[in-house]
Amino acid sequence: MKNNPALEFAKKNMMVIALVIVVIFFSISTGGKILYAQNINNLISQNGYVFILATGMLLCILTGGNIDLSVGSVVCFVGAVGAVMMERNIPFIAAVLVMLVVGMLIGMFQGFWIAWISVPPFIATLAGMYAFRGFSNVVLQGFTISVENKAFLDIFGGGATCYIPDFLHGGDFNITCMLAGIILVGLYICITVGGWLKSRKKGLTDKVQTSEILRLAAVSALFLWIFYKLANYKGIPTVLIWIGLILVLYGYITKYTAIGRYFYAVGGNEKATRLSGVNTKLVYFIAYANMGLLAGLAGILTIARQANAQPTFGQGYEMDAIAACFIGGASAYGGVGKVTGMIIGAVLMGVINQGMSIMGISTNYQRAVKGVVLLVAVLVDILSKKEKA
Amino acid sequence: MAKILLEMKNITKTFPGVKALDNVNFQVEEGEIHALVGENGAGKSTLMNVLSGIYPYGTYEGDIIYEGETCRFNTIRDSEAKGIVIIHQELALVPEMSIGENMYLGNERGKKAFIDWGTTYAEADRYLKMVGLSESSKTLVREIGTGKQQLVEIAKALAKNARLLILDEPTSSLNEEDSRALLDLMLGFKKRGMTMIIISHKLNEVSYVADKITVVRDGSTIETIDNHDHNIDEDRIIRGMVGREITNRFPKRENVKIGEINMEVDHWTVHHPLYPERKVVDDVSLYVRKGEVVGIYGLMGAGRTELAMSIFGQSYGTLTGGTLKLDGKEVRLKKSPRDAIRHKIAYVTEDRKGNGLVLSQSIKINTSLANLDSLASGTVIDKDKEYQVAEEYREKLSIKTPSVEQLVGNLSGGNQQKVLLAKWMYAEPDILILDEPTRGIDVGAKYEIYCIINDLAAAGKSVIMISSELPEVLGMSDRIYIMNASKIIGEMKASEASQESIMAEILKSGRGA
Repeated sequence: MKNNPALEFAKKNMMVIALVIVVIFFSISTGGKILYAQNINNLISQNGYVFILATGMLLCILTGGNIDLSVGSVVCFVGAVGAVMMERNIPFIAAVLVMLVVGMLIGMFQGFWIAWISVPPFIATLAGMYAFRGFSNVVLQGFTISVENKAFLDIFGGGATCYIPDFLHGGDFNITCMLAGIILVGLYICITVGGWLKSRKKGLTDKVQTSEILRLAAVSALFLWIFYKLANYKGIPTVLIWIGLILVLYGYITKYTAIGRYFYAVGGNEKATRLSGVNTKLVYFIAYANMGLLAGLAGILTIARQANAQPTFGQGYEMDAIAACFIGGASAYGGVGKVTGMIIGAVLMGVINQGMSIMGISTNYQRAVKGVVLLVAVLVDILSKKEKA
Repeated sequence: MAKILLEMKNITKTFPGVKALDNVNFQVEEGEIHALVGENGAGKSTLMNVLSGIYPYGTYEGDIIYEGETCRFNTIRDSEAKGIVIIHQELALVPEMSIGENMYLGNERGKKAFIDWGTTYAEADRYLKMVGLSESSKTLVREIGTGKQQLVEIAKALAKNARLLILDEPTSSLNEEDSRALLDLMLGFKKRGMTMIIISHKLNEVSYVADKITVVRDGSTIETIDNHDHNIDEDRIIRGMVGREITNRFPKRENVKIGEINMEVDHWTVHHPLYPERKVVDDVSLYVRKGEVVGIYGLMGAGRTELAMSIFGQSYGTLTGGTLKLDGKEVRLKKSPRDAIRHKIAYVTEDRKGNGLVLSQSIKINTSLANLDSLASGTVIDKDKEYQVAEEYREKLSIKTPSVEQLVGNLSGGNQQKVLLAKWMYAEPDILILDEPTRGIDVGAKYEIYCIINDLAAAGKSVIMISSELPEVLGMSDRIYIMNASKIIGEMKASEASQESIMAEILKSGRGA
């Protein structure tokens, strides 16, 4: 059988194509409502936690399909601690630091058992899931505690002013937002093209693939369009900055650093990696410590968005994060998966949720559809690999 | 002449890149014990896997004729239904289940939705008595020793109404006494009309039980020797096993300049990681000089890999005694491969897929894995340099691939082995321990690997090559250590060694033990 280039392309970009189809479907079925500026804005704000948690989850999954079930509870616990601190007028910066540190300590605690005592991650984090849900209730004493610190809400994207103000006063059109978008896309193009030129100069690659140019163009256009839409609404939601920072940072770590490389290597073949002189236990530990840290950040974003902390926050967050990774092409056996894939997975789920909400479909059906999407995504992944073997 | 029970005709089985069986013909008479002998990788186990349906009909060429009819086995179940039962070298018992549960696993007594435990245990007890075990079938398998577990495997086979029993290295993990008991049990079965095929490396045992001995070499059956009097000369079998002619299968060593002693291991003793009472390396002393290729010959399970891995940062077992000297100075390595790499030792594993390579990643990423520090300024990897390094080694080792971005899992065995070598060469070691560097790869790729080994030695590296292929050890080494049953039992200059003398050395030590 000959390799059909179109088929190869489709296989490689399966989830992107699925996403496009889903978006088109909802555009038609909602009469274009899903593409309204406000809905795009909501898509980002509502799913902020998914992006952050899925980033951490991806690293855990990379190390061998290991998951962290405790993140939902940790989000709630960290949020509860922060809310209580701010209620007692402790400066918000201190509260934020404490929340991040507490998150990371929880991650390190779980990572210790997983890495050095070989407790299966499923069990270690299941224990954490129960324990920290309980502790959250203890800290909040079962009540909802509201968060009123304005600086905190502004910075982490809560309340009415959770947008970057328009410094250039464009009235209905947020010029700052559009400008930021243009600058970002410009930077992206410069860095990518610069990379091409550099490798060409060194004679490493002879030719830039057409598909690479097409992808650059498509991604640039997409980003410009998103920023244009946001500029027509209220501007850049603050939470987008946090999401963007984390995604870029971890995209970089997984691709360009030695530690990032080790997550893949450990998941691909732990023994071979250990025999190559890598401290594999430390790699597991870092994955979970980092997951805790990011759960801390997600906790911050969650209480900021809701402007309060409740004992039920974060329920099911771990599953959303796990699903985003697997839909995004991460292997359930570890060693394979990308930040970009995870982003697509998270967006796909977000779009489906939102599209169905707009159509007025009940949340029960939304869950059922989510389940089907997850199964189909993983099936496609497994079947396309089987064909190769 | 007795009736022919089984005939395998013109069997050919190809794996990607390797012809494992080449037009093999094999006959077994009813009621005999037939031994299959040959070196590791000669094709004995492959032949038996074809017979038992592990390699289903259609994945090989040729015919299996059993009791006069041509058989097409698609699964083990098909062959077992005909009474062909294979007992593999590695015991396939579930330790946490009782003997009875194990014996009827997948073959449960009673109805589909109801296991009749009464019948199960009663029948199991009956078969256990037949193999001479007095244990209750309700005993957990983990509570009995390996010798008895082997007998349970045989009882399990009997419970399947075996008519043709295949035993793959049944005594490899047994001590002398248990081995003898097992062989006598086989002779007892023969009296009752059972037909058996035994695969074994232990020629004295083969000579003791077998009526006929078929020698397999390089995927072909060479000859069948009659042994009805059970007194065959072992040298006669060895000649058949190793009798190929060596003509330019190994590149000539040029500019051999052997320097000073680079690494010295003294009284090295290692215990098994799970069974601390078992010694896997017993008081081993050896040395290697700069620019020298030292061969360690031994059969599988002799303790070669364990020795190598324990030197490589104690990555196997518990070190209980011995010293390691590098360049004349005693060194105590931490229990980490990283420390060994820092001391310029590299271990190239025999199990490239299990312990060597990350198959889901590219050639490039595998090449740099053991020496990523040299590519990372701080923590950020210099991707361009990494690409260049991978390209450099691709060229140097002539790895056949369209690009170094190719996933290692998609390469042939020979090319995978080269990637593994590239990885360790890039770690810039002074001492390379190569464990079965040519296992499972074809002759052409072998030759290329030999050339690489010679180049390494010519560049002043010390090379230790572990192998269970005698011609390879003889053709490549300057000096040879012979290892058997956890000990070094002999040392020879390659120029003075021969296949017969090495084999004789091993057999001598085997009898002595």
